Amino acid sequence: MTNLMTNHYEAAAVILFGIGFMNLLLSRNLIKKFIGLNIMDTAVYLFLAAKGFIAGRAAPIIAQGTTATVEQFINPVPSGLVLTGIVVSVSVTAFSLALVQRLYKHYGSLDLDEIMQKAKKEGH
Amino acid sequence: MEHVNYIHNIPFASIFLTMFGGIITPLFRNGKVAQKINFVIVCLVGILSMILLGSVWKNQESFTFMMGHFPAPWGNELHAGPLEALMALTFSFVMATTMLGGAKFIQNDILAEKQNLYFVMINLLFGSMLALIYTNDIFTAYVFLEINTIASCAIIMAKGTGESIAATLHYLIICLLGSGLFLIGISLLYSITGHLLMPNIQQSIIRLTTSGEYAFPFAVVIGMIIIGISIKSAVFPFHFMLASAHPAATPASSSILSGLVLKSFIFLNIKMFYCVFTIDLIRSLRITNVLFLFGLIGMVVGSVSALKETRIKHMLAYSSAAQIGYLYMGIGLGNHEGMVAACFHILAHAATKAMLFLCAGGLMSVSGGKDGIHDLRGAAHKNLIAGIGFTVGGLSMVGVPLTAGFVSKLYFASATIYSPQKMLITLLTLAVSMILNAMYFIPSAIAIWSPIEKKTEYAKPSRRMELGIGIFILTNFLLGIFYKPIIDMIELGIHLL
Repeated sequence: MTNLMTNHYEAAAVILFGIGFMNLLLSRNLIKKFIGLNIMDTAVYLFLAAKGFIAGRAAPIIAQGTTATVEQFINPVPSGLVLTGIVVSVSVTAFSLALVQRLYKHYGSLDLDEIMQKAKKEGH
Repeated sequence: MEHVNYIHNIPFASIFLTMFGGIITPLFRNGKVAQKINFVIVCLVGILSMILLGSVWKNQESFTFMMGHFPAPWGNELHAGPLEALMALTFSFVMATTMLGGAKFIQNDILAEKQNLYFVMINLLFGSMLALIYTNDIFTAYVFLEINTIASCAIIMAKGTGESIAATLHYLIICLLGSGLFLIGISLLYSITGHLLMPNIQQSIIRLTTSGEYAFPFAVVIGMIIIGISIKSAVFPFHFMLASAHPAATPASSSILSGLVLKSFIFLNIKMFYCVFTIDLIRSLRITNVLFLFGLIGMVVGSVSALKETRIKHMLAYSSAAQIGYLYMGIGLGNHEGMVAACFHILAHAATKAMLFLCAGGLMSVSGGKDGIHDLRGAAHKNLIAGIGFTVGGLSMVGVPLTAGFVSKLYFASATIYSPQKMLITLLTLAVSMILNAMYFIPSAIAIWSPIEKKTEYAKPSRRMELGIGIFILTNFLLGIFYKPIIDMIELGIHLL
């Protein structure tokens, strides 16, 4: 329990990841599915950001004329990973929503099972 | 001044060329120009990969290439050895031949004003596969996995019908589940080891496993990463996405998807085994046993589903699922020989399945576009080369000697000797699966060769398609007859991974 309290960011991230993953896997509504995807990705970013952050330290930017030591700074690599991840997740979400929009225009539904059934009928 | 080895720039140059191709292609409105540019780029990458393979094979070496000027553990790296070079060569060969043979389908199936965009996606897809082959950094692997997902979805939906968009969405959701698991896995791995480069992670893992720390978190992380990649490569319970994606896509897309995209994920899995987690750790956690089980089930279930199908592209899609099962069965044997057999099967199946989808497309187009096997009666007489290709491909899938499929099955069977406890079940499943393969390929081959009753009008197959399928048939026999040097290269490559 004490471990959980000290690592509360990570615990929250894993719970959020689970919520997002199950939503993406099980939800039948397509919009909800992709909301799930975003929750899942955001959970990973929370996890990474929490891993890089060290309380009381600042971003590693050195102003001119000051001396810098490692002890003043946080780890910048996870922040970089989060930024890259956000770019990826934005593009995937945009792509998925564009697909959902086209499907809605074509089949008039957001329910995945219903769409797959209609698509199968069309294929025959 | 230090001697610069220009050969070492080839992995980077290949990835850069394809990405550059993807960027400049939208500037050309004409689909045919875009197609030519794509073809030239793929051929160039093929030639470069051949030079690279020749060099690393001659020197029996592998090397890492530093991207930018930051040394490890900070910078980004590429890693190339015989196995990577062989994969890159095969991928570019199959890509070029498919684009040659499938050109007509792309022109017919995709709106003229959108054809150049199709080749943007093909270039990006090819670039991402090359990056997955060469990368030495797990976060780079994640980024290219996502590029791969988007590009492969785009080539499935390129036909633009409602059915293809629905199939794309299905494929996309499964892929996103896989990459989500992969992402959380690598984040956890980074938080434990503090590294992103594969060799550094491996060192930390070896240190931590010998001291016994983090045993449980490691098991979870490895599970997440391996399952994530396996889901993307359509392992058994997730193979249904193929069944909807392949029939809805244009034949060239199906060939690329089944022949190359799924293989690039499996290659990433093999790389994870050898370069990130050690193979001993994977074995001691019994991950190989899990993959072995799903592989076996996939082999049988895929073949049975294919047997029940009456539509040719659905049948080939399920057959792909069964072949993915073969690959995971080989990997799951957990010994060196099984891995060699699996790597050879990646090459053999890439060449065979790409040909089968092209031939199926060719046979369908002379039968009025219908995909029922009974509608294809006599189609081989109208499109001779596609008929021959389909028959050769079918024989290769069944495992008839002199074809590529025979060699991989031979090596799978002989690899079981080194895992005695899995021997009986593997050999039995192999036998059952080969009989099932024969049961669905032979009737369809008989159907396409049966005499034509009434003459109907049809379009003659194009020269390029004949050439493409002809090259594939030749390759299949070459792989089936002169397999020894390739096996040697794979063996050396696995040692040098």
